[in-house]
Amino acid sequence: MSSDRKGPTPSSRPPASFSRAVFAVAWKDLAAELRSRELLSAMLVFALLVILIFNFAIELAPSLRPTVTPGVLWVTFAFAGTLGLNRSMAIEKDRGCLDGLLLAPVDRAAIYFGKMLSNLTFMLIVEIVVLPVYSLLYNTNLFVPGLLGVILLGSIGYVAVGTLLASMAVQTRTRDVLLPILLFPVIVPVLLSAVRASGGFLQGLPMEQIRPWINLLAAYDVIFLAVAYMVFDQVVEE
Amino acid sequence: MIKVRKLVKRFGLKTVLRGLDFEVRTGEFVALLGPNGAGKTTFLRILASLSRPTLGELRVAGYPLPSQAAAVRARLGVVTHMPLLYGDLTAEENLRFYARMYGLGQADIRLAEVLELVGLSARRRDLVRTFSRGMQQRLAIGRAILHDPEVMLFDEPHTGLDQEACDMLDRILREVAARGRTVVMTSHDLARVEDLASRFDVLSRGVITASAGRDGLGGNLLDFYRGALAG
Repeated sequence: MSSDRKGPTPSSRPPASFSRAVFAVAWKDLAAELRSRELLSAMLVFALLVILIFNFAIELAPSLRPTVTPGVLWVTFAFAGTLGLNRSMAIEKDRGCLDGLLLAPVDRAAIYFGKMLSNLTFMLIVEIVVLPVYSLLYNTNLFVPGLLGVILLGSIGYVAVGTLLASMAVQTRTRDVLLPILLFPVIVPVLLSAVRASGGFLQGLPMEQIRPWINLLAAYDVIFLAVAYMVFDQVVEE
Repeated sequence: MIKVRKLVKRFGLKTVLRGLDFEVRTGEFVALLGPNGAGKTTFLRILASLSRPTLGELRVAGYPLPSQAAAVRARLGVVTHMPLLYGDLTAEENLRFYARMYGLGQADIRLAEVLELVGLSARRRDLVRTFSRGMQQRLAIGRAILHDPEVMLFDEPHTGLDQEACDMLDRILREVAARGRTVVMTSHDLARVEDLASRFDVLSRGVITASAGRDGLGGNLLDFYRGALAG
């Protein structure tokens, strides 16, 4: 505490800008994860195990692979994502850090977008690892530009609603159980559109048949992000 | 600096604060005493804009709550028995993160100043999870004073600290108070707050039942406290 204040006083100092706060929260999550590797390693191991179990459980004829692959992929992403979302918010809650974030004089939506950005990064890293492993195991080419775009859009939608619901679930004692129960019914439109659009690209369907699903996916992304922006403050405050 | 009128807080059917009135002048150091479950932490969380009041009027540093919560938070430093720090970041990284969140531009000088004040300059590059409880609490105070707040709220800051860490915490608290900051602190440790605070308020069953300055205790703090609870 300096009596001869060198910098601006709290009353004259401009608050942290929205984007600065967003990137500060995301940077903090990524820096902490780089040290602990707690969250990413759990997500990765879990995702790879799910892929392996599917590989042993269902013997797929090559002709069936384009139809089944999107389902297997999105189930894997959704399960691994839930694990990450839970952990990401639990880290904030267990040491009281969520209060530390909420005490900052920033628009609380910036905290949501920062957490969302870091969760999205973790999910994309898992996907980057899972896709080649799946390609090898099932001998299926997944490196289709359209499919990668759908995975990005689907992940944004998933993380947008997942981050919001995780911040609700983390306030309860049953957070580990509660998040999937809250999340999966709400995320159905995103998963459905993502699976259909992914399948379309893998089956080589014309763009006219895939576009409605992509539009739906993009619309849900925008809606979920807008809703989260509006309600996050109420969700985290007692 | 803090004005509270007829504050009510309900959690469902349970009423925790029942029309509480409270006022603190600039530079006062108020110890808020009371038994477990009296509503001290709930009250402090409302002042910190972490919880919404059910009814009542609040102003902190001249700004109404909850309508201008961000303006209040810019002028507020909060220390609880939880450190609010990230174990996988270093002491310096934790403070740098909070400096960004509080809009402190080039914070290097301020960071060095704060780390020096809480006696952690030599451990600035160590991960917080390697710190003892006392060191974490000192860093938590560093986090809370980083933006040079006008009002400081301490919620049971001595919880879980050993004697040496408590003494160091008290030294920092005195320094904060000596700088003219307004302080509200909850505590169960009467002996410790008796030396620190300039005013003592007792919160019981959701209202302030007694309030006295250091000179108005009429004996010692323990007698005053017992009397307030009995009355």
